[in-house]
Amino acid sequence: MSNTKALDIVNLHAGYGETEILKGINLNVEHSEIVAIIGPNGAGKSTVVKSVLGLLNIISGNISLNGNNIVGIAPDKAIKSGISYVPQTHNIFPNLTITENLEMGAWTKSKGIPERIQEMFELFPDLKVKRNKVAGSLSGGQRQMVAMAKALMVDSKIMLLDEPTAGLSPKFQSEIFRTIKRINKNGVPILLVEQNAKQALETADRGYVLVDGSNKVEGKGQDLINDRNVARMFLGSKD
Amino acid sequence: MWETFGFEFVNFYLIPGLVLGCIYALGAIGITLTFSILRFANFAHGEVMMIGAYFTWTAMVLSNDLFGVPLHPLVAAAPAVLLAIGLFILVDRYFYKPFRYASTIRVVMASFGMMLIIRSFVQAVWGPNQLTFVPGIAKPNELVKNFTASVDMMILVPNKHFWIIAGTLVIMFALSWLLTKTKIGKGMRAVSDSPELAKVSGIDVEIIVKATWFVGGFCAVAAGVFLAMDLQMLETTMGFRMLLPMFAAAILGGIGRPFGAVIGGLVIGLAEELSVYPWFGNGSLISPGYKTGVAFTIMVVMLVIRPSGLFKGRLF
Ligand SMILES: Nc1ncnc2c1ncn2[C@@H]1O[C@H](COP(=O)(O)OP(=O)(O)O)[C@@H](O)[C@H]1O
Ligand SMILES: [Mg+2]
Repeated sequence: MSNTKALDIVNLHAGYGETEILKGINLNVEHSEIVAIIGPNGAGKSTVVKSVLGLLNIISGNISLNGNNIVGIAPDKAIKSGISYVPQTHNIFPNLTITENLEMGAWTKSKGIPERIQEMFELFPDLKVKRNKVAGSLSGGQRQMVAMAKALMVDSKIMLLDEPTAGLSPKFQSEIFRTIKRINKNGVPILLVEQNAKQALETADRGYVLVDGSNKVEGKGQDLINDRNVARMFLGSKD
Repeated sequence: MWETFGFEFVNFYLIPGLVLGCIYALGAIGITLTFSILRFANFAHGEVMMIGAYFTWTAMVLSNDLFGVPLHPLVAAAPAVLLAIGLFILVDRYFYKPFRYASTIRVVMASFGMMLIIRSFVQAVWGPNQLTFVPGIAKPNELVKNFTASVDMMILVPNKHFWIIAGTLVIMFALSWLLTKTKIGKGMRAVSDSPELAKVSGIDVEIIVKATWFVGGFCAVAAGVFLAMDLQMLETTMGFRMLLPMFAAAILGGIGRPFGAVIGGLVIGLAEELSVYPWFGNGSLISPGYKTGVAFTIMVVMLVIRPSGLFKGRLF
Protein backbone atom coordinates (compact mmCIF):
# COMPACT_ATOMS: atom_id res chain seq x y z
CA MET A 1 0.00 0.00 0.00
CA SER A 2 2.74 2.41 0.92
CA ASN A 3 3.94 3.10 -2.60
CA THR A 4 0.54 3.06 -4.34
CA LYS A 5 -1.13 6.42 -4.80
CA ALA A 6 -4.74 7.17 -3.96
CA LEU A 7 -5.12 8.36 -7.53
CA ASP A 8 -2.57 8.06 -10.31
CA ILE A 9 -3.16 9.41 -13.81
CA VAL A 10 -0.41 8.60 -16.31
CA ASN A 11 -0.12 10.15 -19.78
CA LEU A 12 -3.89 10.40 -20.22
CA HIS A 13 -5.37 11.25 -23.59
CA ALA A 14 -9.14 11.52 -23.56
CA GLY A 15 -12.06 13.43 -25.04
CA TYR A 16 -15.75 13.62 -25.81
CA GLY A 17 -16.29 11.24 -28.71
CA GLU A 18 -13.67 11.95 -31.36
CA THR A 19 -12.37 15.32 -30.12
CA GLU A 20 -9.28 14.97 -27.98
CA ILE A 21 -9.46 17.40 -25.04
CA LEU A 22 -6.84 15.96 -22.69
CA LYS A 23 -3.46 15.67 -24.41
CA GLY A 24 -1.20 13.88 -21.97
CA ILE A 25 -2.15 14.48 -18.33
CA ASN A 26 0.17 13.26 -15.56
CA LEU A 27 -1.16 13.75 -12.07
CA ASN A 28 -1.30 11.91 -8.78
CA VAL A 29 -2.75 12.23 -5.30
CA GLU A 30 -1.08 10.64 -2.27
CA HIS A 31 -3.20 9.14 0.50
CA SER A 32 -2.89 12.03 2.90
CA GLU A 33 -2.99 14.85 0.37
CA ILE A 34 -5.14 17.67 -0.89
CA VAL A 35 -4.15 18.35 -4.49
CA ALA A 36 -5.43 21.35 -6.44
CA ILE A 37 -5.85 21.74 -10.19
CA ILE A 38 -5.94 25.32 -11.37
CA GLY A 39 -6.00 26.76 -14.86
CA PRO A 40 -7.96 29.00 -17.22
CA ASN A 41 -11.52 28.35 -18.32
CA GLY A 42 -11.75 25.58 -20.89
CA ALA A 43 -8.33 24.15 -19.98
CA GLY A 44 -9.88 20.75 -19.34
CA LYS A 45 -10.01 20.71 -15.52
CA SER A 46 -13.54 19.35 -15.33
CA THR A 47 -12.70 16.91 -18.09
CA VAL A 48 -9.87 15.39 -16.03
CA VAL A 49 -12.24 14.78 -13.15
CA LYS A 50 -14.94 13.36 -15.41
CA SER A 51 -12.47 10.97 -17.01
CA VAL A 52 -11.72 9.47 -13.59
CA LEU A 53 -15.43 8.82 -13.22
CA GLY A 54 -15.67 6.96 -16.52
CA LEU A 55 -17.69 9.67 -18.29
CA LEU A 56 -15.17 10.19 -21.07
CA ASN A 57 -13.82 8.32 -24.03
CA ILE A 58 -10.28 7.37 -22.95
CA ILE A 59 -7.97 7.30 -25.98
CA SER A 60 -4.81 6.17 -24.20
CA GLY A 61 -3.08 6.33 -20.85
CA ASN A 62 -3.77 4.95 -17.44
CA ILE A 63 -5.89 5.86 -14.40
CA SER A 64 -5.56 3.89 -11.19
CA LEU A 65 -7.30 4.12 -7.85
CA ASN A 66 -5.25 2.65 -4.99
CA GLY A 67 -3.21 0.75 -7.58
CA ASN A 68 -6.26 -0.68 -9.38
CA ASN A 69 -6.72 0.23 -13.03
CA ILE A 70 -10.07 1.97 -13.50
CA VAL A 71 -9.87 2.92 -17.19
CA GLY A 72 -13.16 2.15 -18.91
CA ILE A 73 -15.09 1.75 -15.66
CA ALA A 74 -18.81 2.60 -15.73
CA PRO A 75 -19.84 5.62 -13.61
CA ASP A 76 -21.95 3.57 -11.17
CA LYS A 77 -19.01 1.18 -10.63
CA ALA A 78 -16.71 4.16 -10.08
CA ILE A 79 -19.04 5.49 -7.38
CA LYS A 80 -19.39 2.06 -5.82
CA SER A 81 -15.61 1.66 -5.69
CA GLY A 82 -15.40 4.74 -3.48
CA ILE A 83 -15.11 7.86 -5.63
CA SER A 84 -16.87 10.82 -4.04
CA TYR A 85 -17.63 13.17 -6.91
CA VAL A 86 -19.06 16.67 -6.56
CA PRO A 87 -19.87 18.03 -10.03
CA GLN A 88 -19.31 21.69 -10.89
CA THR A 89 -23.01 22.41 -11.55
CA HIS A 90 -26.26 20.59 -10.87
CA ASN A 91 -24.76 18.76 -7.93
CA ILE A 92 -27.89 18.38 -5.80
CA PHE A 93 -31.43 17.11 -6.41
CA PRO A 94 -33.37 20.34 -5.74
CA ASN A 95 -36.78 18.74 -5.18
CA LEU A 96 -35.53 16.08 -2.78
CA THR A 97 -35.05 16.77 0.91
CA ILE A 98 -31.54 16.94 2.36
CA THR A 99 -31.92 13.46 3.84
CA GLU A 100 -33.21 12.10 0.53
CA ASN A 101 -30.24 13.69 -1.27
CA LEU A 102 -27.89 11.84 1.07
CA GLU A 103 -29.81 8.61 0.51
CA MET A 104 -29.39 9.01 -3.24
CA GLY A 105 -25.65 9.43 -2.68
CA ALA A 106 -25.74 6.02 -1.02
CA TRP A 107 -27.64 4.33 -3.86
CA THR A 108 -24.84 1.80 -4.48
CA LYS A 109 -24.68 0.89 -0.77
CA SER A 110 -26.97 -1.47 1.07
CA LYS A 111 -25.71 -1.26 4.65
CA GLY A 112 -24.87 1.42 7.19
CA ILE A 113 -26.81 4.21 5.50
CA PRO A 114 -28.54 5.75 8.57
CA GLU A 115 -25.23 5.69 10.48
CA ARG A 116 -23.43 7.39 7.60
CA ILE A 117 -26.15 10.06 7.42
CA GLN A 118 -25.61 10.75 11.13
CA GLU A 119 -21.86 11.12 10.51
CA MET A 120 -22.60 13.62 7.74
CA PHE A 121 -24.85 15.61 10.06
CA GLU A 122 -21.97 15.77 12.55
CA LEU A 123 -19.65 17.02 9.81
CA PHE A 124 -22.28 19.52 8.56
CA PRO A 125 -24.38 20.53 11.59
CA ASP A 126 -26.27 23.17 9.56
CA LEU A 127 -27.77 20.42 7.46
CA LYS A 128 -29.12 18.47 10.39
CA VAL A 129 -31.68 21.07 11.44
CA LYS A 130 -32.87 21.42 7.84
CA ARG A 131 -32.80 17.72 7.02
CA ASN A 132 -36.46 17.57 5.92
CA LYS A 133 -36.28 20.72 3.78
CA VAL A 134 -35.97 20.38 0.01
CA ALA A 135 -32.41 21.06 -1.08
CA GLY A 136 -33.52 23.63 -3.67
CA SER A 137 -34.68 25.94 -0.88
CA LEU A 138 -31.18 26.29 0.62
CA SER A 139 -28.60 29.03 0.13
CA GLY A 140 -25.72 28.48 -2.28
CA GLY A 141 -23.26 27.61 0.47
CA GLN A 142 -25.61 25.14 2.09
CA ARG A 143 -26.34 23.51 -1.26
CA GLN A 144 -22.62 22.97 -1.68
CA MET A 145 -22.57 21.33 1.76
CA VAL A 146 -25.40 19.00 0.69
CA ALA A 147 -23.50 18.16 -2.49
CA MET A 148 -20.37 17.33 -0.50
CA ALA A 149 -22.22 15.29 2.12
CA LYS A 150 -24.11 13.44 -0.62
CA ALA A 151 -20.82 12.57 -2.37
CA LEU A 152 -19.27 11.37 0.90
CA MET A 153 -22.06 8.85 1.50
CA VAL A 154 -19.98 6.19 -0.29
CA ASP A 155 -16.98 4.70 1.52
CA SER A 156 -14.69 7.36 0.11
CA LYS A 157 -11.32 6.34 -1.28
CA ILE A 158 -10.92 9.77 -2.84
CA MET A 159 -12.98 12.92 -3.17
CA LEU A 160 -13.15 14.86 -6.44
CA LEU A 161 -14.40 18.42 -6.07
CA ASP A 162 -15.10 20.52 -9.16
CA GLU A 163 -15.04 24.24 -8.29
CA PRO A 164 -16.86 23.93 -4.98
CA THR A 165 -16.60 27.65 -4.17
CA ALA A 166 -17.76 29.05 -7.53
CA GLY A 167 -20.38 31.74 -7.03
CA LEU A 168 -20.22 31.74 -3.23
CA SER A 169 -19.65 34.71 -0.94
CA PRO A 170 -16.09 35.03 0.55
CA LYS A 171 -17.43 33.93 3.95
CA PHE A 172 -18.84 30.70 2.52
CA GLN A 173 -15.75 30.18 0.37
CA SER A 174 -13.56 30.11 3.46
CA GLU A 175 -15.99 27.80 5.18
CA ILE A 176 -15.87 25.37 2.25
CA PHE A 177 -12.05 25.40 2.30
CA ARG A 178 -12.07 24.73 6.04
CA THR A 179 -14.50 21.84 5.53
CA ILE A 180 -12.28 20.38 2.82
CA LYS A 181 -9.36 20.41 5.25
CA ARG A 182 -11.48 18.69 7.86
CA ILE A 183 -12.63 15.97 5.46
CA ASN A 184 -9.00 15.40 4.50
CA LYS A 185 -7.99 15.15 8.18
CA ASN A 186 -10.58 12.38 8.51
CA GLY A 187 -8.50 10.40 6.03
CA VAL A 188 -9.99 11.20 2.62
CA PRO A 189 -7.53 12.19 -0.14
CA ILE A 190 -8.85 15.14 -2.16
CA LEU A 191 -8.49 16.35 -5.72
CA LEU A 192 -9.75 19.92 -5.88
CA VAL A 193 -10.44 21.86 -9.07
CA GLU A 194 -10.57 25.61 -8.43
CA GLN A 195 -10.95 28.99 -10.09
CA ASN A 196 -10.08 30.63 -6.80
CA ALA A 197 -6.40 29.78 -7.30
CA LYS A 198 -4.87 31.55 -4.31
CA GLN A 199 -7.08 30.05 -1.61
CA ALA A 200 -7.01 26.66 -3.34
CA LEU A 201 -3.20 26.60 -3.35
CA GLU A 202 -3.13 27.72 0.28
CA THR A 203 -5.44 24.86 1.19
CA ALA A 204 -3.70 22.25 -0.94
CA ASP A 205 -0.47 20.36 -0.30
CA ARG A 206 0.39 20.39 -3.99
CA GLY A 207 -1.02 21.90 -7.13
CA TYR A 208 -1.04 21.43 -10.90
CA VAL A 209 -1.52 24.16 -13.47
CA LEU A 210 -3.51 22.91 -16.44
CA VAL A 211 -3.41 24.73 -19.77
CA ASP A 212 -4.98 23.53 -23.01
CA GLY A 213 -5.35 19.90 -22.00
CA SER A 214 -1.98 19.19 -20.43
CA ASN A 215 -0.34 20.04 -17.13
CA LYS A 216 2.35 22.72 -17.51
CA VAL A 217 3.54 23.36 -13.97
CA GLU A 218 3.34 21.40 -10.76
CA GLY A 219 4.65 21.95 -7.29
CA LYS A 220 3.97 22.57 -3.63
CA GLY A 221 1.01 24.86 -3.06
CA GLN A 222 3.08 27.65 -1.56
CA ASP A 223 5.77 27.36 -4.27
CA LEU A 224 3.14 27.85 -6.97
CA ILE A 225 1.77 30.90 -5.17
CA ASN A 226 5.30 32.35 -5.21
CA ASP A 227 5.93 31.36 -8.85
CA ARG A 228 6.00 34.57 -10.94
CA ASN A 229 4.39 33.02 -14.04
CA VAL A 230 1.63 31.37 -12.12
CA ALA A 231 1.09 34.55 -10.16
CA ARG A 232 0.80 36.61 -13.33
CA MET A 233 -1.60 34.16 -14.97
CA PHE A 234 -3.91 33.28 -12.12
CA LEU A 235 -3.38 35.24 -9.00
CA GLY A 236 -4.08 38.66 -10.42
CA SER A 237 -0.64 40.06 -9.63
CA LYS A 238 0.45 43.00 -11.81
CA ASP A 239 4.08 42.26 -12.70
CA MET B 1 -82.32 25.04 -1.99
CA TRP B 2 -80.98 21.49 -2.34
CA GLU B 3 -83.96 20.36 -4.46
CA THR B 4 -83.84 23.33 -6.81
CA PHE B 5 -80.09 23.79 -7.29
CA GLY B 6 -77.90 21.47 -5.26
CA PHE B 7 -79.31 18.13 -6.33
CA GLU B 8 -78.95 18.77 -10.01
CA PHE B 9 -75.56 20.48 -9.72
CA VAL B 10 -73.96 17.83 -7.54
CA ASN B 11 -75.38 14.74 -9.19
CA PHE B 12 -75.33 15.73 -12.83
CA TYR B 13 -72.32 18.04 -13.04
CA LEU B 14 -70.01 17.87 -10.02
CA ILE B 15 -69.78 14.10 -9.60
CA PRO B 16 -69.42 13.34 -13.32
CA GLY B 17 -66.77 16.06 -13.44
CA LEU B 18 -64.95 14.50 -10.51
CA VAL B 19 -65.11 11.07 -12.16
CA LEU B 20 -63.78 12.40 -15.43
CA GLY B 21 -61.12 14.26 -13.43
CA CYS B 22 -60.02 11.01 -11.73
CA ILE B 23 -59.60 9.35 -15.12
CA TYR B 24 -57.59 12.28 -16.51
CA ALA B 25 -55.54 12.42 -13.31
CA LEU B 26 -54.51 8.77 -13.49
CA GLY B 27 -53.62 9.09 -17.16
CA ALA B 28 -51.69 12.31 -16.62
CA ILE B 29 -49.48 10.70 -13.94
CA GLY B 30 -47.90 8.43 -16.54
CA ILE B 31 -47.50 11.29 -19.02
CA THR B 32 -45.77 13.55 -16.54
CA LEU B 33 -43.45 10.74 -15.32
CA THR B 34 -42.44 9.67 -18.83
CA PHE B 35 -41.95 13.29 -19.80
CA SER B 36 -39.68 14.05 -16.86
CA ILE B 37 -37.82 10.74 -16.46
CA LEU B 38 -37.59 9.40 -20.01
CA ARG B 39 -37.72 12.88 -21.47
CA PHE B 40 -40.32 12.56 -24.17
CA ALA B 41 -43.99 13.25 -24.76
CA ASN B 42 -45.44 9.77 -25.09
CA PHE B 43 -48.21 9.83 -27.69
CA ALA B 44 -48.80 6.12 -27.15
CA HIS B 45 -49.87 6.68 -23.55
CA GLY B 46 -53.58 6.70 -24.43
CA GLU B 47 -53.12 3.32 -26.09
CA VAL B 48 -51.80 1.86 -22.81
CA MET B 49 -55.15 2.86 -21.29
CA MET B 50 -57.04 1.40 -24.21
CA ILE B 51 -55.25 -1.94 -24.44
CA GLY B 52 -55.46 -2.33 -20.65
CA ALA B 53 -59.24 -1.97 -20.90
CA TYR B 54 -59.36 -4.53 -23.73
CA PHE B 55 -57.27 -6.98 -21.68
CA THR B 56 -59.65 -6.47 -18.78
CA TRP B 57 -62.67 -7.07 -21.00
CA THR B 58 -61.05 -10.28 -22.27
CA ALA B 59 -60.38 -11.51 -18.73
CA MET B 60 -64.04 -10.87 -17.85
CA VAL B 61 -65.31 -12.71 -20.94
CA LEU B 62 -62.91 -15.65 -20.52
CA SER B 63 -63.78 -16.07 -16.87
CA ASN B 64 -67.48 -16.04 -17.66
CA ASP B 65 -67.23 -18.40 -20.66
CA LEU B 66 -64.77 -20.89 -19.21
CA PHE B 67 -65.72 -21.00 -15.55
CA GLY B 68 -69.11 -19.33 -15.48
CA VAL B 69 -67.74 -16.77 -13.01
CA PRO B 70 -68.55 -13.14 -13.83
CA LEU B 71 -65.67 -11.01 -12.55
CA HIS B 72 -65.97 -7.45 -11.33
CA PRO B 73 -63.99 -5.21 -13.72
CA LEU B 74 -61.62 -4.25 -10.90
CA VAL B 75 -60.77 -7.92 -10.32
CA ALA B 76 -60.35 -8.64 -14.00
CA ALA B 77 -58.09 -5.58 -14.19
CA ALA B 78 -55.43 -7.29 -12.03
CA PRO B 79 -54.14 -9.72 -14.66
CA ALA B 80 -54.72 -7.06 -17.34
CA VAL B 81 -52.46 -4.60 -15.52
CA LEU B 82 -49.65 -7.14 -15.30
CA LEU B 83 -50.01 -8.10 -18.95
CA ALA B 84 -50.06 -4.47 -20.12
CA ILE B 85 -47.06 -3.50 -17.97
CA GLY B 86 -45.12 -6.55 -19.17
CA LEU B 87 -45.94 -5.62 -22.74
CA PHE B 88 -44.77 -2.03 -22.34
CA ILE B 89 -41.55 -3.00 -20.57
CA LEU B 90 -40.82 -5.19 -23.61
CA VAL B 91 -41.77 -2.34 -25.94
CA ASP B 92 -39.35 -0.12 -24.02
CA ARG B 93 -36.57 -2.69 -24.18
CA TYR B 94 -36.83 -3.34 -27.92
CA PHE B 95 -38.45 -0.19 -29.28
CA TYR B 96 -37.61 2.86 -27.12
CA LYS B 97 -34.26 1.85 -25.63
CA PRO B 98 -32.29 2.34 -28.85
CA PHE B 99 -33.62 5.93 -28.81
CA ARG B 100 -32.59 6.56 -25.19
CA TYR B 101 -29.88 9.07 -26.05
CA ALA B 102 -31.34 10.22 -29.36
CA SER B 103 -32.91 13.64 -29.80
CA THR B 104 -36.32 14.06 -28.19
CA ILE B 105 -38.22 14.59 -31.43
CA ARG B 106 -37.19 11.14 -32.68
CA VAL B 107 -38.58 9.43 -29.61
CA VAL B 108 -41.77 11.47 -29.83
CA MET B 109 -42.23 10.41 -33.46
CA ALA B 110 -41.43 6.82 -32.50
CA SER B 111 -44.12 6.95 -29.82
CA PHE B 112 -46.53 8.30 -32.45
CA GLY B 113 -45.73 5.22 -34.53
CA MET B 114 -46.20 2.99 -31.50
CA MET B 115 -49.62 4.57 -30.96
CA LEU B 116 -50.70 3.56 -34.49
CA ILE B 117 -49.19 0.08 -34.15
CA ILE B 118 -51.06 -0.67 -30.93
CA ARG B 119 -54.35 0.67 -32.18
CA SER B 120 -54.11 -1.34 -35.40
CA PHE B 121 -53.17 -4.41 -33.40
CA VAL B 122 -56.22 -4.03 -31.18
CA GLN B 123 -58.45 -3.45 -34.20
CA ALA B 124 -57.06 -6.60 -35.82
CA VAL B 125 -57.59 -8.77 -32.74
CA TRP B 126 -60.78 -7.38 -31.19
CA GLY B 127 -62.32 -5.74 -34.27
CA PRO B 128 -62.99 -2.08 -34.98
CA ASN B 129 -66.49 -1.96 -33.46
CA GLN B 130 -67.56 -0.93 -29.98
CA LEU B 131 -67.76 -3.70 -27.39
CA THR B 132 -70.08 -3.73 -24.40
CA PHE B 133 -68.08 -3.54 -21.18
CA VAL B 134 -70.71 -3.80 -18.44
CA PRO B 135 -74.33 -4.07 -19.61
CA GLY B 136 -77.36 -2.67 -17.81
CA ILE B 137 -78.33 0.49 -16.00
CA ALA B 138 -75.92 1.88 -13.43
CA LYS B 139 -77.54 1.66 -9.97
CA PRO B 140 -76.82 4.32 -7.38
CA ASN B 141 -74.71 3.30 -4.42
CA GLU B 142 -77.17 2.47 -1.60
CA LEU B 143 -74.81 3.43 1.21
CA VAL B 144 -74.17 6.94 -0.09
CA LYS B 145 -77.81 7.36 -1.07
CA ASN B 146 -79.24 6.38 2.33
CA PHE B 147 -76.72 8.39 4.26
CA THR B 148 -77.07 11.58 2.24
CA ALA B 149 -80.88 11.22 2.10
CA SER B 150 -80.96 11.08 5.90
CA VAL B 151 -79.42 14.57 6.02
CA ASP B 152 -81.73 15.82 3.24
CA MET B 153 -79.00 16.12 0.64
CA MET B 154 -79.58 13.04 -1.44
CA ILE B 155 -76.63 12.16 -3.65
CA LEU B 156 -77.05 9.46 -6.26
CA VAL B 157 -73.59 8.20 -7.06
CA PRO B 158 -73.81 5.27 -9.46
CA ASN B 159 -71.87 2.30 -8.15
CA LYS B 160 -69.43 2.57 -11.05
CA HIS B 161 -68.61 6.15 -10.06
CA PHE B 162 -68.24 5.14 -6.44
CA TRP B 163 -65.62 2.56 -7.46
CA ILE B 164 -63.82 4.96 -9.75
CA ILE B 165 -63.46 7.63 -7.06
CA ALA B 166 -62.54 5.12 -4.33
CA GLY B 167 -60.08 3.33 -6.62
CA THR B 168 -58.39 6.60 -7.58
CA LEU B 169 -58.00 7.56 -3.91
CA VAL B 170 -56.38 4.21 -3.09
CA ILE B 171 -53.97 4.55 -6.02
CA MET B 172 -53.08 8.12 -4.94
CA PHE B 173 -52.15 6.96 -1.45
CA ALA B 174 -50.10 4.08 -2.81
CA LEU B 175 -48.33 6.39 -5.25
CA SER B 176 -47.56 8.92 -2.55
CA TRP B 177 -46.10 6.18 -0.37
CA LEU B 178 -44.03 4.83 -3.25
CA LEU B 179 -42.58 8.20 -4.25
CA THR B 180 -41.70 9.43 -0.77
CA LYS B 181 -40.95 6.30 1.25
CA THR B 182 -39.27 3.77 -1.03
CA LYS B 183 -35.78 3.77 -2.51
CA ILE B 184 -37.05 3.22 -6.04
CA GLY B 185 -39.60 6.04 -5.72
CA LYS B 186 -37.04 8.50 -4.40
CA GLY B 187 -34.76 7.39 -7.25
CA MET B 188 -37.54 8.18 -9.73
CA ARG B 189 -37.86 11.69 -8.30
CA ALA B 190 -34.07 12.06 -8.41
CA VAL B 191 -33.83 11.08 -12.08
CA SER B 192 -36.72 13.40 -12.83
CA ASP B 193 -34.85 16.22 -11.04
CA SER B 194 -31.49 15.71 -12.73
CA PRO B 195 -30.64 12.71 -14.91
CA GLU B 196 -26.97 13.77 -15.18
CA LEU B 197 -26.50 13.87 -11.42
CA ALA B 198 -28.43 10.62 -11.03
CA LYS B 199 -25.95 8.94 -13.36
CA VAL B 200 -22.89 10.20 -11.48
CA SER B 201 -24.51 9.27 -8.16
CA GLY B 202 -24.48 5.64 -9.24
CA ILE B 203 -28.28 5.43 -9.56
CA ASP B 204 -29.23 2.56 -11.84
CA VAL B 205 -31.18 4.52 -14.46
CA GLU B 206 -32.46 1.42 -16.31
CA ILE B 207 -34.21 0.20 -13.15
CA ILE B 208 -35.76 3.63 -12.77
CA VAL B 209 -36.95 3.48 -16.38
CA LYS B 210 -38.63 0.13 -15.72
CA ALA B 211 -40.23 1.49 -12.56
CA THR B 212 -41.53 4.45 -14.56
CA TRP B 213 -43.22 2.18 -17.10
CA PHE B 214 -44.60 0.14 -14.23
CA VAL B 215 -46.09 3.08 -12.34
CA GLY B 216 -47.22 4.97 -15.44
CA GLY B 217 -48.63 1.76 -16.96
CA PHE B 218 -50.45 0.81 -13.77
CA CYS B 219 -52.16 4.20 -13.52
CA ALA B 220 -52.94 4.23 -17.25
CA VAL B 221 -54.59 0.81 -17.18
CA ALA B 222 -56.58 1.88 -14.13
CA ALA B 223 -57.66 4.99 -16.05
CA GLY B 224 -58.61 2.87 -19.06
CA VAL B 225 -60.67 0.44 -17.00
CA PHE B 226 -62.36 3.31 -15.15
CA LEU B 227 -63.18 4.97 -18.45
CA ALA B 228 -64.64 1.72 -19.79
CA MET B 229 -66.66 1.32 -16.56
CA ASP B 230 -67.95 4.86 -16.91
CA LEU B 231 -68.87 4.56 -20.60
CA GLN B 232 -69.88 0.91 -20.16
CA MET B 233 -68.29 0.18 -23.51
CA LEU B 234 -64.90 -0.05 -25.26
CA GLU B 235 -63.66 1.33 -28.52
CA THR B 236 -60.23 1.51 -30.07
CA THR B 237 -60.11 5.31 -30.09
CA MET B 238 -60.97 5.69 -26.40
CA GLY B 239 -57.34 6.24 -25.39
CA PHE B 240 -56.58 8.68 -28.16
CA ARG B 241 -59.53 10.87 -27.20
CA MET B 242 -58.08 11.14 -23.68
CA LEU B 243 -54.66 12.22 -24.90
CA LEU B 244 -55.23 15.96 -25.18
CA PRO B 245 -56.93 16.43 -21.78
CA MET B 246 -54.26 14.23 -20.15
CA PHE B 247 -51.46 16.33 -21.63
CA ALA B 248 -53.34 19.44 -20.57
CA ALA B 249 -53.56 18.05 -17.02
CA ALA B 250 -49.84 17.20 -16.94
CA ILE B 251 -48.89 20.67 -18.17
CA LEU B 252 -51.33 22.39 -15.83
CA GLY B 253 -49.83 20.57 -12.86
CA GLY B 254 -46.23 21.11 -14.01
CA ILE B 255 -44.16 18.50 -15.83
CA GLY B 256 -42.51 16.07 -13.41
CA ARG B 257 -45.11 16.72 -10.70
CA PRO B 258 -47.27 13.59 -10.32
CA PHE B 259 -49.49 15.27 -7.75
CA GLY B 260 -49.66 18.37 -9.88
CA ALA B 261 -50.94 16.08 -12.64
CA VAL B 262 -53.64 14.79 -10.29
CA ILE B 263 -54.79 18.32 -9.46
CA GLY B 264 -54.53 19.22 -13.15
CA GLY B 265 -56.68 16.21 -14.08
CA LEU B 266 -59.34 17.08 -11.52
CA VAL B 267 -59.39 20.74 -12.60
CA ILE B 268 -59.78 19.83 -16.27
CA GLY B 269 -62.39 17.14 -15.63
CA LEU B 270 -64.43 19.52 -13.49
CA ALA B 271 -63.95 22.44 -15.89
CA GLU B 272 -65.22 20.34 -18.79
CA GLU B 273 -68.36 19.24 -16.97
CA LEU B 274 -69.06 22.55 -15.26
CA SER B 275 -68.63 24.44 -18.53
CA VAL B 276 -71.99 23.07 -19.65
CA TYR B 277 -73.82 23.93 -16.42
CA PRO B 278 -76.48 26.62 -16.89
CA TRP B 279 -74.62 29.20 -14.77
CA PHE B 280 -76.60 32.11 -16.24
CA GLY B 281 -80.23 31.62 -17.21
CA ASN B 282 -81.41 28.35 -18.65
CA GLY B 283 -79.00 27.36 -21.38
CA SER B 284 -75.65 25.66 -20.70
CA LEU B 285 -72.73 28.07 -20.45
CA ILE B 286 -71.06 26.76 -23.57
CA SER B 287 -72.57 24.40 -26.09
CA PRO B 288 -71.76 20.77 -25.16
CA GLY B 289 -70.21 20.34 -28.59
CA TYR B 290 -67.34 22.59 -27.47
CA LYS B 291 -66.70 20.70 -24.22
CA THR B 292 -63.50 19.13 -25.50
CA GLY B 293 -62.18 22.61 -26.30
CA VAL B 294 -62.03 23.41 -22.59
CA ALA B 295 -58.93 21.27 -21.97
CA PHE B 296 -57.25 22.70 -25.04
CA THR B 297 -57.99 26.25 -23.95
CA ILE B 298 -56.67 25.65 -20.44
CA MET B 299 -53.50 24.07 -21.86
CA VAL B 300 -52.81 26.94 -24.26
CA VAL B 301 -53.51 29.62 -21.66
CA MET B 302 -51.24 27.85 -19.19
CA LEU B 303 -48.41 27.49 -21.71
CA VAL B 304 -48.64 31.21 -22.43
CA ILE B 305 -48.93 32.65 -18.93
CA ARG B 306 -47.15 30.06 -16.79
CA PRO B 307 -45.43 27.30 -18.79
CA SER B 308 -43.99 25.67 -15.68
CA GLY B 309 -47.51 24.83 -14.50
CA LEU B 310 -49.22 25.39 -11.16
CA PHE B 311 -46.55 23.53 -9.19
CA LYS B 312 -43.36 24.77 -10.84
CA GLY B 313 -42.61 21.84 -13.05
CA ARG B 314 -39.72 21.36 -15.42
CA LEU B 315 -39.30 23.42 -18.57
CA PHE B 316 -37.86 21.87 -21.70
N1 LIG C 1 -19.78 17.54 -23.11
C1 LIG C 1 -18.82 18.07 -23.89
N2 LIG C 1 -18.75 17.73 -25.19
C2 LIG C 1 -17.79 18.25 -25.98
N3 LIG C 1 -16.83 19.10 -25.57
C3 LIG C 1 -16.85 19.48 -24.28
C4 LIG C 1 -17.84 18.98 -23.37
N4 LIG C 1 -17.60 19.54 -22.15
C5 LIG C 1 -16.51 20.32 -22.30
N5 LIG C 1 -16.05 20.29 -23.57
C6 LIG C 1 -14.87 21.00 -24.07
O1 LIG C 1 -13.75 20.53 -23.38
C7 LIG C 1 -12.85 21.60 -23.11
C8 LIG C 1 -12.50 21.58 -21.65
O2 LIG C 1 -13.65 21.84 -20.90
P1 LIG C 1 -13.67 21.76 -19.31
O3 LIG C 1 -12.99 20.52 -18.90
O4 LIG C 1 -15.08 21.95 -18.89
O5 LIG C 1 -12.81 23.03 -18.90
P2 LIG C 1 -12.59 23.69 -17.47
O6 LIG C 1 -13.29 22.87 -16.46
O7 LIG C 1 -11.11 23.72 -17.29
O8 LIG C 1 -13.14 25.08 -17.58
C9 LIG C 1 -13.53 22.87 -23.57
O9 LIG C 1 -12.97 23.25 -24.79
C10 LIG C 1 -14.96 22.48 -23.74
O10 LIG C 1 -15.53 23.19 -24.81
MG1 LIG D 1 -14.89 23.23 -15.25
